[in-house]
Amino acid sequence: MSLARRLRDSLPLLPFLTVVVIFLIIPTATVVVGSVYTDGVFSLDRIEALFTGTALSALLDSVLLSGATALLGAVFGAVMAWLIVSSPSTSMVRRAVLSLCSVLAQFGGVALAFAFLATVGLNGVLTLWVQQVFGFNLAGSGWLYSLSGLILVYTYFQIPLMVIVFVPALEGLREQWREAAVSLGASTWAYWREVAIPLLTPAFLGSALLLFANAFAAYATAAALVSQGSPILPLLIRASLVSEVVLGQAGFAYALALEMIVVVAVVMAAYNLLVRRSSRWLS
Amino acid sequence: MFGLFFLFPLYAMADFSTRNLIAGGRTWRAWANLFADQALYQAIVVSLLLAVFTVAAMLVLLVPTMIWVRLRAPWAKGLVEFMCLLPLTIPALVIVVGLRNVYLWVTYFLGESALTLTFVYVVIVLPFAYRAIDAALSAIDLQTLSEAARSLGAGWLTTITRVVVPNIWSGILSAAFISIAVVLGEFTIASLSGYETLQVQIVLIGKSDGPTSVAASLATLLFGFVLLLILSLVTRGRRNVGVTV
Repeated sequence: MSLARRLRDSLPLLPFLTVVVIFLIIPTATVVVGSVYTDGVFSLDRIEALFTGTALSALLDSVLLSGATALLGAVFGAVMAWLIVSSPSTSMVRRAVLSLCSVLAQFGGVALAFAFLATVGLNGVLTLWVQQVFGFNLAGSGWLYSLSGLILVYTYFQIPLMVIVFVPALEGLREQWREAAVSLGASTWAYWREVAIPLLTPAFLGSALLLFANAFAAYATAAALVSQGSPILPLLIRASLVSEVVLGQAGFAYALALEMIVVVAVVMAAYNLLVRRSSRWLS
Repeated sequence: MFGLFFLFPLYAMADFSTRNLIAGGRTWRAWANLFADQALYQAIVVSLLLAVFTVAAMLVLLVPTMIWVRLRAPWAKGLVEFMCLLPLTIPALVIVVGLRNVYLWVTYFLGESALTLTFVYVVIVLPFAYRAIDAALSAIDLQTLSEAARSLGAGWLTTITRVVVPNIWSGILSAAFISIAVVLGEFTIASLSGYETLQVQIVLIGKSDGPTSVAASLATLLFGFVLLLILSLVTRGRRNVGVTV
């Protein structure tokens, strides 16, 4: 193919590429460049500041939060996905559950924070009920606004996300494999141990990584719940964006955002490796 | 067990938003506020407009590009796919941090309006929309269809709007519904750019009037749920609703 023809053929792609470059690539490049250039001078000060005091503890808390909720979400989500897959694929209940899962997993954000304020907040329904029946204050000490509260609320969207990404893997397990195993004399337990679990392991680990990245980058729920203070990385980014004077350093948000890109990119790369591995069988 | 964990908070929202905190008993005041509260009502209108604009821009941008890539520029398939799925790896929070300079130009040319968020939202919904449209395009024989249309004298515009689009209708519908759900639920970019969309307003109101915020939150969740449920019924038979990450 001649170069001229190739150029002409790529013209219709220009509008799409322009929008993506301006609104995705340039902002990302701004973050990367902004974190190592201060007023046009190359400097690693902002990167170094990532490994001190507030920033470091925010990172550790974020990793703790994402790790804990990825683990909880993956285990309970896998069980729930298995329950869903055992129901017939056209049933209304199954459609409703899957729709509810995708709403909670992907579009909940702020709404989930308010769901838990209404449940276990100061005047929450469950709080008042427990107060009446057992006489103790469930919302006491404001734990909902701390790391343990975030773990609870995040689990509420991590489990549905696990369901959505894990159901296709479970559906990929072919009935013939079970029949083959059983006709060779395997018990149900042996089938799960020797066939199903080894097949599902890469998909399970991959999904857990996806959950980790999802929690690590999530902002809306935490921002709506915690209005002051910045225990985790996304909230620290908010603080430094809004005030620009955190740690006496303008533009620190760039370095924090870069840190977020790096963590999410590493996790997603590992996720892609595992998905490629599991799609060899379960596709 | 799962039902309890997932449905109780939703029930609590319904209970909380209809409870009369002062006098006891039930009240619909919080739900009436969705329309009565001027700021909230405005924000709902802005968010709905944003959803419409985003869907329109996304379709105009993405559908012809994806058709073109399949027909005439297959070497660009990897690039377009990579670009479309990139927003999954680059969090919205990162985009908004780097967006300041870009938006100085946008507001310079187009003025200060929440509707300028459309551009970023188009990028945010790309992964979801791409998957839905790609699945629909894979299911038809695009080459034959377009060659037939072209050999009968149709131009590219006619081919796309009158021949290809009717054949990938379910994919377009999925892409549109999911995009609407994403835009109505978006908080990160709007709040940090200082625009008052629905979600931003919900958080603002939450500081003084809990029940109204809870009512609005429950309304958005229910709306999204109904949207996706309709989608799963419409695209019946296909295994996956196209909502996987």
